[in-house]
Amino acid sequence: MPKEAPEGVAKSAADDAIRCDACPVLCYIKPGRTGSCDRYGNHEGKLVRLDPHVILDRAVERGESVVPFLERSRDWDGTLVSHGETFVTAIGAGTTYPDYKPAPFIISSQVEGVDMVTVVTEGIFSYCGVKVKIDTDRHLGAECSAVRAQGEAVGHVTTSEYGSQMLSLGGVRHLTGGSRHEGTATCKTLLDLCNGKAVDLKIDDGANVVVQAGEPPVVDGAEEERMRVGCGSATIGMFAKQWFGKVDEVVVVDDHITGVLSEHQAGKLLGVRETGIKLKGRRSTPGRYFQVAQPGTSWGGTDIDDPLTILGKFNSKKAWPGLSLLMVSTTGEQHAYFELGDDLKPLEKDLPPHLRQSVDRIKENCEPALCTVLFMGGAGGSLRAGVTENPVKLTHSVRDALTRVTCGGSPVYVWPGGGITFMADVTRMPRNAFGYVPTPALVAPIEFTLKLADYAALGGYVENVRPLTSLLRDQPALDQLGHDQEGPRRLTARSDNPWPLASQAGTTKKAKKK
Amino acid sequence: MSTRAQIQWLADGHRLHLQDGPIDLIVEAFSAAAEVEAAYRTACERFATILDELCGELPFLRTALSGVVQNADREDGPHPRGAVAQRMTAATLPYAAQHFITPMAAVAGAVADEILTTMTTAQLSRAYVNDGGDIALHLSAGEKFVVGMVQRPDRPSLFGTTTLEFSQPVRGIATSGWRGRSFSLGIADAVTVLADRAATADAAATIIANAVDLPGHPRILRVPARELAPDSDLGEIPVTQAVRELTAAEINEALTRGVTTAESLLQRKLICAAALCLQGETRVVGGASEFTQIVLSREGSLVHA
Repeated sequence: MPKEAPEGVAKSAADDAIRCDACPVLCYIKPGRTGSCDRYGNHEGKLVRLDPHVILDRAVERGESVVPFLERSRDWDGTLVSHGETFVTAIGAGTTYPDYKPAPFIISSQVEGVDMVTVVTEGIFSYCGVKVKIDTDRHLGAECSAVRAQGEAVGHVTTSEYGSQMLSLGGVRHLTGGSRHEGTATCKTLLDLCNGKAVDLKIDDGANVVVQAGEPPVVDGAEEERMRVGCGSATIGMFAKQWFGKVDEVVVVDDHITGVLSEHQAGKLLGVRETGIKLKGRRSTPGRYFQVAQPGTSWGGTDIDDPLTILGKFNSKKAWPGLSLLMVSTTGEQHAYFELGDDLKPLEKDLPPHLRQSVDRIKENCEPALCTVLFMGGAGGSLRAGVTENPVKLTHSVRDALTRVTCGGSPVYVWPGGGITFMADVTRMPRNAFGYVPTPALVAPIEFTLKLADYAALGGYVENVRPLTSLLRDQPALDQLGHDQEGPRRLTARSDNPWPLASQAGTTKKAKKK
Repeated sequence: MSTRAQIQWLADGHRLHLQDGPIDLIVEAFSAAAEVEAAYRTACERFATILDELCGELPFLRTALSGVVQNADREDGPHPRGAVAQRMTAATLPYAAQHFITPMAAVAGAVADEILTTMTTAQLSRAYVNDGGDIALHLSAGEKFVVGMVQRPDRPSLFGTTTLEFSQPVRGIATSGWRGRSFSLGIADAVTVLADRAATADAAATIIANAVDLPGHPRILRVPARELAPDSDLGEIPVTQAVRELTAAEINEALTRGVTTAESLLQRKLICAAALCLQGETRVVGGASEFTQIVLSREGSLVHA
């Protein structure tokens, strides 16, 4: 790491450049720049030495780990120091190539008396993608439909989840298995989604949706406000008691399961009288109907604007004139109130105040609709060789929970089974944590944190471990090198992220990280 | 031996790392152990004085060669003294009439050539000297090297490979581009050149990378070299510091300029082949000849996660 150079420094009065006399080239170095060697730089008028592996992006090959040959070997002052309050993320760390070289930063710190090591690198993930959860009941597209960005297929609609439509985007087939344009569009889509930007997606035979992590989806130009409180049947179950005695019949319209109060078990138990109502669609169990209409972007995720279209004629033997009927969607956004006339046909009337409350309560119980984006990548390949000379041991160590994996300092879920396939919520990472290579593939940060003793045991590059303090002390010097952007950022850790260096019990801790 | 120079084994115990000031070499030789050791010792001895030799005539080496051409026949005209300086001058002189160029454009390749030449006094089956990406190669009969090419040093992924065999004339590889260690006047991410020597490849890569350009384009940030490095041999000439995303047509236009230059160098037999990269697009010149084959990988050999 940078040291103040022992050599003398001559200052040029004209332009704040300093002359480096570390070697006979005698470079004049401007503030914030390095000399022709990239080893010495001008930091605020001071000549500083930069350790070669900080500037890993400048030379394809450069030695870090050395044994003496004809002359002295490089000294390394590798004292371990106590510094559990800072965690170095891999964002902007770069990567080494080829893989068998030690990762760009292998940093030691002491946490609760235990020497910990964090191996920090950026992985180039060609096996990666995002899983997008869009909180809406609106029909976005049929399962397996292609999802397009800039006209190119970048993924597909996958199995929906409770109250949410799911997209699976990216993956190696779209990235590198199709045309160049498909790969580029896929890479751009993944990069933007992972970096928290809004992306326009078009689903084949379906909706246009604007997706941005942590923001409400915009479906065909309309921003979604809430996700449904539950399916139609669940809504009946939740609110049956509040409707009982105030209205004769309630239909909760839902594309998945439309609920009918008088037939539903919840209504039966309360003693709700039969109403002779007749629903279209396929009856699942009493009071629960599938497919009352086509999927769409209107009432409860169906295509209907007039709720009466899902009803047949009332049974004249059971219905009665004046029977009151509330029809409501699963978000409470759509609702209509009817009373049967003498001919037993529903007539729309104003919603009585005592029912307004129940509709409002459905709304209140809906959570805000959001898009959430999980990055999913596989780090089971040769990236591991930057961590250890024995890659499978890293996989085992992660599996055995001896090594904690984080992605830009945020927690990950490591998928069981072989390899290191993980998922991470992109909104829990610092902004712009992702990059790309033109291959195309995504560049994502990944950090492995483990005890120094465990690191040594799995064949880690112990000789490349350097203390955190060295990085912090010389951070300004680091700023000027090696990165396209402004250089290392110091951020306050999110309080809802477990602290990566905390003991594996999973305590959260507010602390600074970089 | 200079106490400044650092010479070490790399972790694999096979490759040697030599560093002195801005010179940074990775050296590897293949042969019987005694021959390899002899080659490494020769390399180290030669390496010890190279930087001092070059610095002894830096003012000349940083001077545009157009003037040297005019005075080349005069005995009192400026002449390179050291062996490396002579290699640098010889490699850059072919461009002096048409381009601004100083011998420094070939410094990395010339150092690689010089070290490799001294090493081959030993009996080696293969050897290479890699000077920050500019590489001098030695091949004995029947031997070959497979070389991977990288577009962006900060995001290493291979965009292509080439196999260099004994029967081919290529003994030098060099890469130039604005993202690299040296300043570039052009916007190429990387131009990799195969030539008979590393020094000639180095000079040619510089010239071709300079030619991949969109003069006056607003999305290219250029800064006079002197403002970045007061003693740069490029003086007030603007050098590329950033290139924003370009349209496909612009990428095509810039690459076409580079290809035109590369083709003329190919005709003049200054290079064997070149691969030009700009924002993910790659063009190959002379890469399909009987001498040289450059294979572009669609998928690339990634640092697979």
